[in-house]
Amino acid sequence: MGARVEPVSRLTKPLGIAALIVVAVLVLAPVGALLLRAEAGGVSAAVWPAIRFTLLQASLSALISVALAVPLAKALARRAFFGRGLMISLLGAPFLLPSIVAVLGLLAIWGRSGGVSDILALVGLGPLDIYGLNGVLLAHVFFNLPLATRMLLQGWQAVPSEHFRLAAQLDLAPRARFALFDIPVLRGAAPSALLVIFMLCMSSFAVVLALGGGPKASTIELAIYQALRFEFDLASAAQLAMVQLVFGLAAAALAFHFGKAAQFGGGLGAPFQNWDKRKGPKLLDGAVLVLAALFVALPLLAILAKGLVGLAALPSGLWGAFVVSFGVAMASTLLALGLSLALAQLIETSKRGGAIELFALLLLATSPFVIGTGLFIIINPFASPFALALPITALINAALALPIMLRILRPALSRVQQDYGRLAAGLGLSGWARFRLLTFPQIRPELGFATGLAAALSMGDLGVITLFAPPDVETLPLLMYRLMGSYQMEAAAGVALVLVASSFGLFYLFDKGGRGAGV
Amino acid sequence: MLVFENIEVVQGSFRLAADMHIKPDQTTAILGPSGGGKSTLLTAVAGFVEHSGDIRWDGQSLKGVAPAERPISMLFQEHNLFPHLSVSQNVGLGVRADLKLSPADKAKVEAALSRVGLAGKGAAMPRALSGGQRQRVALARALLRQKPIWLLDEPFAALGPGLRLEMLELVEDMRAEQAATLLLVTHAPEDAKQIAAEVVFVVAGQAHAPEQIAAFFDQPSEALRAYLGK
Repeated sequence: MGARVEPVSRLTKPLGIAALIVVAVLVLAPVGALLLRAEAGGVSAAVWPAIRFTLLQASLSALISVALAVPLAKALARRAFFGRGLMISLLGAPFLLPSIVAVLGLLAIWGRSGGVSDILALVGLGPLDIYGLNGVLLAHVFFNLPLATRMLLQGWQAVPSEHFRLAAQLDLAPRARFALFDIPVLRGAAPSALLVIFMLCMSSFAVVLALGGGPKASTIELAIYQALRFEFDLASAAQLAMVQLVFGLAAAALAFHFGKAAQFGGGLGAPFQNWDKRKGPKLLDGAVLVLAALFVALPLLAILAKGLVGLAALPSGLWGAFVVSFGVAMASTLLALGLSLALAQLIETSKRGGAIELFALLLLATSPFVIGTGLFIIINPFASPFALALPITALINAALALPIMLRILRPALSRVQQDYGRLAAGLGLSGWARFRLLTFPQIRPELGFATGLAAALSMGDLGVITLFAPPDVETLPLLMYRLMGSYQMEAAAGVALVLVASSFGLFYLFDKGGRGAGV
Repeated sequence: MLVFENIEVVQGSFRLAADMHIKPDQTTAILGPSGGGKSTLLTAVAGFVEHSGDIRWDGQSLKGVAPAERPISMLFQEHNLFPHLSVSQNVGLGVRADLKLSPADKAKVEAALSRVGLAGKGAAMPRALSGGQRQRVALARALLRQKPIWLLDEPFAALGPGLRLEMLELVEDMRAEQAATLLLVTHAPEDAKQIAAEVVFVVAGQAHAPEQIAAFFDQPSEALRAYLGK
């Protein structure tokens, strides 16, 4: 029924528009600064290898992640087994894991002196070398195989169970099942999974910083970092940022074209009843599940094991770095929360809600480095960007969390309006009373989940902070990276454990706070 | 008197027309097949859909009046209660929408709960109640709001026949106490016979002017016979 949406409060519109202006300034001002600063006349020749490597690693990362996710998602979709819920939770872990910590865990398993190299040495092979393209791909698959799996799994679970019953009754051959179920599911879910992962990998700075290296394995963002930090060449940095922006926007446009963007979180139900009792596929699915579990869990266990040993060697700057990280995370989370709530309410009540949402999601396409470089150029004439490292990091982390929070909060607000909008309007519930008595208690679980994600991501972020931080300012991820750079691996592992505990702890506290009052 | 003056609601290919007077201080049943526009008629009175023409109550136009400002209490089939608020909080919303209740307000809430047979249930959460009890809570709230028009959109459709009649009796008693004007949407002729004085038949996007209940069923029109299957 085409019910008119009731304005929730007189403040909905002004607050929403204020948030929209903040978002617009946050995106457009840096891009404007880049346009003014970037030198006209084509991209300099030195940039091409970085562009080539960026596109190559992002494409390969996306293809490998999705290709491996197909058998894994299928196995998860059709097998009920002990620990299936745990396995799905495990697949959520890499999304929250600070990337620099993941690199440490991957090095412990796949590195030159890691577990796999030790085993290979027994048969006279190896050691492995994961610096360069191999390492970047390995880390990106570690992060994105779980994401791709969850996206595909949702596709398979959307198939009505009656269809599978029908297939079982008709005793369809595997080839027919593939054509009937798998092809349509993949056609629906795979393009958006590929594009989302491509976008994430294009702007994954920390992994390339830690595992890339040399001109052969340098991305556009790494080149921006070098131009700003070591050469102080604002013109090339601006040019590089423009290139990054163009590719980001192109990928985002394609992603929107192919429909639904990434689903962050959300529950995944039970497996569908499986009537296929043949042994072969069952063994194959089992092998896939075991290998995937090992692939994700081993680096996590290595972080834990090495971290516990490293706790004895914690550096003196740890407490200060923790306080800084925590402060930045809280500031950016509060900002993102305020902005996303105001925007989500505006989108929900405005006639042009769709356009506003699309615009806000464009933030996802402008990578933090693009915004960071632009802000650097804007601030530089007036003040030292290095002195403002922490506020800028908080601001950009908020911009990064905003689209994710919006995607979680907007459907929740929609649901409240759908179920209780008329009742509330009829009773005259509006403004603050409506938020306190209706909206907040109803969206509390989503609010907790979204806030937890934002806090954890900001806590573990090693991105723009590297552009701005002077030597005496340290966040936990930065401290860890500096320790790794000076080969103090034991201390780095200890810090990694503290960092993971803080990130996961923040997420847990907010998420639990949200679920406190069950609805 | 509630007057529908050349009302037309258009939603895509669906349209509903009404031009009629509803007598005050009695129950009027709104009867008809599903999809005919019964609920749409109520939502127009409640101010939730755009329409042309005018709806007047006691000579006053309701045009542009916000849903909460209208002289109306409305009960839906479901979602009448906020599941995260207690029974007495849900009823208290009928006294003050921001729930800042004085001791006197709280006494009123308690009295209303007694009236609908839920004395002592104030601290319970809605999920702890049965479907019939939940609708009683909503009725208690409507009682406190003291609005002259009650709109009931099949609120008892999900209840068994015995309980449904019992609820209808309770509603009619409460309505009579407040001398309210009640519009009851239903697809069950026996509901109408139970408490309604007049019937508005809504079919194929047209609301027919109210008829006396006896005459309506004794001399059924062609469309009514088709609906009743007789």
